[in-house]
Order: sequence, then structure tokens, then C-alpha cells
Amino acid sequence: MSQNVLLTTKEVHIILHRLACQLIENHLDFSKTVLIGLQPRGSFLANRLVRLLQEEYQIKKVNIGYLDITFYRDDFRRSEKILEANTTEMDFLVEDQKVVFIDDVLYTGRSVRAALTAIQAYGRPSSIELLCLIDRRFSRHLPIQPNYRGRQVDAINNEKVKVHWQEQEGEDIVYLITKNQTSA
Amino acid sequence: MKQLSVDHLLGIKYLTEEDIHLIFETADQFKEVINRPIKKVPSLRDITIANLFFENSTRTKLSFELAEKRLSADVINFSASQSSVKKGETLVDTVNNILSMKVDMVVMRHPNPGAGIFLSKHVNASIINAGDGAHEHPTQALLDTYSIRERLGEVAGKKVVIVGDILHSRVALSNIFALKRLGAEVKVCGPKTLMPKYIESLGVEVELSLHKALEWCDVANMLRVQNERMDISYFPSTREYTKQYGVNKQLLNSLQNEIVIMHPGPINRGVEITSDVADSKQAIILDQVENGVAIRMAVIYLLASKIKQ
Repeated sequence: MSQNVLLTTKEVHIILHRLACQLIENHLDFSKTVLIGLQPRGSFLANRLVRLLQEEYQIKKVNIGYLDITFYRDDFRRSEKILEANTTEMDFLVEDQKVVFIDDVLYTGRSVRAALTAIQAYGRPSSIELLCLIDRRFSRHLPIQPNYRGRQVDAINNEKVKVHWQEQEGEDIVYLITKNQTSA
Repeated sequence: MKQLSVDHLLGIKYLTEEDIHLIFETADQFKEVINRPIKKVPSLRDITIANLFFENSTRTKLSFELAEKRLSADVINFSASQSSVKKGETLVDTVNNILSMKVDMVVMRHPNPGAGIFLSKHVNASIINAGDGAHEHPTQALLDTYSIRERLGEVAGKKVVIVGDILHSRVALSNIFALKRLGAEVKVCGPKTLMPKYIESLGVEVELSLHKALEWCDVANMLRVQNERMDISYFPSTREYTKQYGVNKQLLNSLQNEIVIMHPGPINRGVEITSDVADSKQAIILDQVENGVAIRMAVIYLLASKIKQ
């Protein structure tokens, strides 16, 4: 197994600022907008963006929620892994709100598909957008594209993109991990 | 990744402490789901569940059915009173006939102890015991301990007294197993005639005085007097039972500490507990019912994830 740095700490920070600015461009004061981190890994990115928006760009109030999509996935009983649930924290309805889904890596698009179903339990949003830090090109199983992307990468199937966060792993950095090909 | 150590839920005695904690953690998530505006998730779209009730039930049946529907499973219901069981069909035949219609999971209540265990050895489906005679009622014990955890933070170290008809109660037995597994201290309290002979071998103490038991405990689980299971008289009269083992507000107020009152339902108001106790803040009877749906969703979800495609 080998791992290469895809984004350094500095690059991650520049990208976070750019994404925050792009969000402001479309959502102005965020009064009709809710940011929703997809559990578990999208929540770190969502928290980070909210902090930036409030501290660096003086947005007074940003609504944030965390959505767990475990019970909406389409691979229940199909995957070898047992699906373990995370917490959903949504103390508001999304009726007529502009929703922005936030996730760290966009790969097959299946998590986003599940999130689109899950969010319906909280009302009918006026629109839904998608923000991701890493967009893995050419690997989608579904017709889903991000509205805001940090960096687009071409990664093949035996490669994995791993996003590390300061608050979780101790530093902000993105790795491209290549698993060794086993001779089949 | 965690999963249950068992393929069926036949009784608490087959579960490990980790299993119970996993069920609780999963139920936490489902409790959030059932408090949403839309209380349904699509997880079990491709699972069919048969509810086989060979004995009467209102609450448990409704709770299971609701849990199944909230998980989007397909549900078929069966009650013995309107079935071919009356025509002499055996249990295994009845269930195998239902399974040929491609059913993945069976929730069964049966008057005979061990019916679920027997069935799990003879049919190819995941079995959930919804009460078998005076043996076990595992989901009730899970929701009871879950409700204690919710009210008091944790179950370990808490003092729980189970009051009433211990002899005929599957709720008592499952509760004893669950509470002991989670590290609670347990006493049982009731008339001597309604105490099983070797109850102490389960690691519980017998206390015949209700007042002493209530002084000692954090939680009192008041069982229903099961008149339908009593073929002989176990106490002189209901009035005398109430006098000795019924809880009223006056008794609760005379205690040093405020204790939590539980009841698995249906309540005989004025017998085990008076109305002012049942409707007081100390009682968590309706929380138990709400938690019942979340716990059953968790059990069904976790067992369904083990069914091979």
C-alpha cells in the first residue's frame, strides 16, 4: 500500500476559503439556507465551513444539521460490511429552505442518492445543492454532480481518497492511497 | 463493525452485554427517526415479516407491526383464533406454510414456553420471540432496561425491584436476565405464593415487604396480576393483594427518595398501582411504550442485516 499527498494543509485551507466564498456568492446572508453535513465524514467539513463563514466572513447565523443516511442506503444486506448508524441532528424543518449537502469525497454518488431520500423526511426544500471537497471523476454510478467542488481527481478503483481533519486525525491533509494489486 | 452474536432473538439469556448495548445504540437512532415529521425509513424494503400471535396481545402486536412498517418491511398478520391451528395443524406445518410464501422473519407469541426455540431449530427464518408462556419476553425487557437507561443515565449499579406475580411472569424473567447482564442489582417482591421456588439461583434477592423493597430501590417495575394464568387462588382476594403489594401516592410520598415507577401494561388501575401513581411524573409507563417501537425497530433491523440474500 502506498500513499501520496493529494492536498497539503495549505491547499486544503485555500480551498476551504474558496468554497466559503462560493457559498456566500449564492446564499448571501444564509437566512434561507441550511448546510447539512452527511454523516459521518461530511460533518467535519460542514463544521469547518460554518466556522469560516462566521469568523472570517462575518455571517451571523448559519443553520447546520447532520444527516445520517444509513437507513436509506441501497446496499443494506448487499454489502459485506454491517451498516452502523450515526447520529442525525436536525432540529429544524427544511420546508422551503435552500439545502446544501456537504460531504468530503464524492465517489459513486450513492450516498448522495440516499441523502436525497432521507431529507424528504424533514420537508420539501426549495432547492438542494451539493458541495464536496474531493470529486472523483469517472467513477459515478448515478447522474449526480457537485455544485461546489474543492478539487477534481482522477482515481481508479483500487485507489482510495482519505481526508484527514485537524480535529479528528490531527492535521488537515488529503491522501491518495493505492492498494497493492493482488495477482488474481 | 458490530453485529449481534445471535441470528434469532429467543430470549435475553442468549444475548451478550455487547448485544444489548448495540441494540440500545441502534434504538437511539430509531427513536430520533420516529420523532421526525415523516417517521419512516426504507431499510427493510425487501424483507417480509410474519407476525404470528397464538395468544392474545394488543400492545406488543401493535408495537411490532408499527416497528416493521416504520422500517418499510412487508407485514402479514396471523392470529391463532382465526386459523387452521383450530383444525389441528402443527406449529411447524403452520409456520412452514407461511414461509413458503417467502417470508424472511417471524415474530411469534405462543402460550408454550420454548416455542420460539423449537421453531428456530425446524424452520429457515429469523425468529423473534414476542413472549412464550411464562418463559421470556425479550423485547419487553430490552425496552424496560432502555427506559431505565434513558431516565437514569445508565442501568449498571441501579437498584431495581420487580413487584408482583413473579411466578407467571415472562416479563420478570427476561427483566432479571437483562438487568443482571447490564450490572444492576435486582430484588423481587410479592406474595410468597407467587414466588418461584428457586428464584434466588438467578442472583436476585426476595423481599416480602413492599415498603422495604421500595425504600431500597431506584426503580420499581410493577407487574400485572395475571388472573388468566391462575388456575388456583394464590392470595385471598384482590383487595388484600392491593393492600399488601399495591403502590399508592401516599406510600410513594412516605419514601426517602423519589423512585421511578414502571409497568409493562396493561394496568389494572387500583390493583398494582393507583391512578394517581400511574399518571404521575414518577411513572414512565408511556415512555416505555414509545421506546418499545424504537427497540423493536432496532432488533428487527439488526437481525435483518444478518439474513443472507
